[in-house]
Amino acid sequence: MTRSHWIAAMIVAGIGGVCPALAAETAGMVKVSRGQVVIERQGEVLPAVVGTPVLVADRLRTGRDGAVGVTLRDNTLLSAGPDSLVVIDNFAFNSSTLDGRMSIGVRKGTLSVATGKIAKQTPESVDFRTPTSVLGVRGTEFIVEVDGNEE
Amino acid sequence: MKSKSALALLAALLLGACASERVILLPSADGRPSAVVVRDLDGSELLLERPYAATVRSLGSNRLYQEGVDQTQSRYAPVLQARPLPPFSFTLYFESGSDRLTPESRAQFARIKHEVTARPAPEVMVIGHTDRVGTRADNDALSMQRAQTMRDLLVAEGLLGGKIEVAGRGERELLVPTADEVDEARNRRVEVSIR
Repeated sequence: MTRSHWIAAMIVAGIGGVCPALAAETAGMVKVSRGQVVIERQGEVLPAVVGTPVLVADRLRTGRDGAVGVTLRDNTLLSAGPDSLVVIDNFAFNSSTLDGRMSIGVRKGTLSVATGKIAKQTPESVDFRTPTSVLGVRGTEFIVEVDGNEE
Repeated sequence: MKSKSALALLAALLLGACASERVILLPSADGRPSAVVVRDLDGSELLLERPYAATVRSLGSNRLYQEGVDQTQSRYAPVLQARPLPPFSFTLYFESGSDRLTPESRAQFARIKHEVTARPAPEVMVIGHTDRVGTRADNDALSMQRAQTMRDLLVAEGLLGGKIEVAGRGERELLVPTADEVDEARNRRVEVSIR
């Protein structure tokens, strides 16, 4: 390996070290699981049984008879109904300072949300994205439904 | 017959091409005012701020309306029934300068145990605090000791084995702000958060 390769490798390692989005950070845990529910993670498909950790970039997919409930580390409560695809696009939370950010994508199906500590502390760093819109929150519970076949 | 199937095909194409979306604001659990801002890709904004205020969009149209309570509950029953239990937290208090719980706080154990055992895959976090009597360093140690004592008591109750996180914040996060060296019972506490 040449000197410049070493430097490039060190820069990449350094970026990985300071940017938590690159590491698979734990975002939350599955608390409710009914019917067919899986987590798609880096090309693998895992059964989403109660107690399974949910990581950043995980895709939660429910079948016809499926539903899943997840509590995130900042106490945000998420649940998805049947035939849904919900993606943890971004999540970071410091439980000492309560600083953090999150972005959750609803590709299809239904999602219900009760926001947690991040939304209370810095509502502008929380959003929920559908194929056509972005939802911002002000200390909130709501339902999003996306009909369609976008993945 | 031909025009009928052409119509069906057109409808299918329209449905497939244009996802329809709906957002419904629910009343907040604590009854406080809340709101959702829905932003389109083109930057236009809609504000939902009354409980059950809703918006539905499809084929470029965008309609605000008031959703029915019963209709929401029945239509979205599967997703609503899958919501995790809301997190719950207890505050327990200690005797001055020690990791001995006050008798009133000791009596809360049954409720804590109930909250933990009622939950699937429970996670528990114990955070210890002190008042401002003593040095900062001593209080850091004491707050951690209180949190660990609390954890040991929960484990002794048969809860969760080692899966309880502990932290000590010393005198940094006073519940009741005081001058230094003030003996304030409400600051000598642990918070037990369960989710």
